[in-house]
Amino acid sequence: MTFLEKMMQIDRRWIYLAIGLAVIIPAIFSFTAPVSVTPEVKKIYDFVEGLGPNDYLFLAMDYDPSSMAELNPMAEAVLKHAFTKDRKVIIVTLAQFGPGMVEEITTRLANEFSRVRGEDYAFLGYRPYPAITIMLMGTDFRVPFPQDYYGATLDSLPIMRGIKNFNNVKGVIDLTAGNTADFWITYGNGRYNFPLAIGITGVMAADYYQYLQSGQIFGIIPGVKGAAEYERLIDMPGQGMQQVSYQVVAHAVIILFIVISNVAYFATRKQKSTTGGAR
Amino acid sequence: MTGQLLLNGVAAFLTLCIFSFLYKDNPFYKFAERLVAGIATGYWTMLLFHTNFVPVVWNRLAHEERYEYIIPTLLGLMMWTRFSKKWSWVSRYSIAFYIGISSGITITLALYASLFRQLEATIKQPIDFSAAGISTLLVIIGVLSALVYFFFSAAHKGTLGVVSRLGIYIIMIGFGAGFGLTVMGRVALLVQRIIFLKDYVNSLGRLFGG
Repeated sequence: MTFLEKMMQIDRRWIYLAIGLAVIIPAIFSFTAPVSVTPEVKKIYDFVEGLGPNDYLFLAMDYDPSSMAELNPMAEAVLKHAFTKDRKVIIVTLAQFGPGMVEEITTRLANEFSRVRGEDYAFLGYRPYPAITIMLMGTDFRVPFPQDYYGATLDSLPIMRGIKNFNNVKGVIDLTAGNTADFWITYGNGRYNFPLAIGITGVMAADYYQYLQSGQIFGIIPGVKGAAEYERLIDMPGQGMQQVSYQVVAHAVIILFIVISNVAYFATRKQKSTTGGAR
Repeated sequence: MTGQLLLNGVAAFLTLCIFSFLYKDNPFYKFAERLVAGIATGYWTMLLFHTNFVPVVWNRLAHEERYEYIIPTLLGLMMWTRFSKKWSWVSRYSIAFYIGISSGITITLALYASLFRQLEATIKQPIDFSAAGISTLLVIIGVLSALVYFFFSAAHKGTLGVVSRLGIYIIMIGFGAGFGLTVMGRVALLVQRIIFLKDYVNSLGRLFGG
């Protein structure tokens, strides 16, 4: 059996091991990979940068711990940006396992940047059924969220005074790992026509660029690469930029495997056809 | 500090339990998998009760005396009749109510957001020799050829065959982009756990190494 034939029958666990080693190597020998900024991420940065002191940003963190590897870096980057610029942020989560995680992130960053809960930001909590919740928020935030996550009525929060619905916020950024992005595009932007941007997992990214082209969203943060771009823009390296160096090595190994397997496939197919074997 | 280290130790152990599936199925993996399912169910049940049922249903009826909320509450309670063979027909009224409203809202908005706005974006940009114009031309060629590939009312021969062939190449490019981004996403999940394990080992080293 030749080397190429062996490669065609390689046990997949060797590939897992190779990828595992490829990811462990940068953990031992750390290096920094360059990150270039794409226009779709820059637009979101410009939007947050352009908000005035009394402007509100609405941040929907619609993901749970299973996708925190990709979405936490971008959530932290956007929140750090808003907090350092002294912008007011209203936060919700429409992911069922998201509330505890969102509470941890917002509280940690608020403490780090000396932001006061209820005055500089509000975390309204979680509601099921994203489409219904989005449409109810379009009427009045108080309908689906009579109280915030901590049990305080919205009217008792200084940040929510005079803030009724999406007409009172400058725009919405939705960070999501599922079809909640569709709900925001259809029931949010489609019905209330507010500026919408999304931060999504890498798996989803290819499906949502069409909405960027149509103008239904004004920006996309695609996966951990997008998060790294945002971190570079705000000049606060975090988990995103940390992960990029690991990604570079892992991608190189995966590309190597793809090339080897394709060469092996075509070479063994040619061999079989010349020796009269099965195709 | 030590408490956090212990918690992180549990998380590190469970991470390794899940990773062990890469070798083959085993009791450690099964334990971690079922633990996640159990905790998730308990967490969501209590979350729904405390952050949804209490403020949205109970407080509004019992404390705010907003009795219009009796109607959705009754519709919700009627859903529970599905557990009874004799009374399950009652739940159909709740379902009918939900489907009726959902269809009425969804059909118009989904058509607007997913079809009309997309069609508009495909044709609104004029085709010329600028970068945007050439991009529009590519979008139109891509949309039409991909649509032709899924047109099965005529044999894919001649011109239709050529356009259909182009359509499958366009779709393949889309799949390729999706695959590349998927790889990035999946690697990110692994990387995050490796970074967590690395930080945990480092914190253990600091604790025992002084």
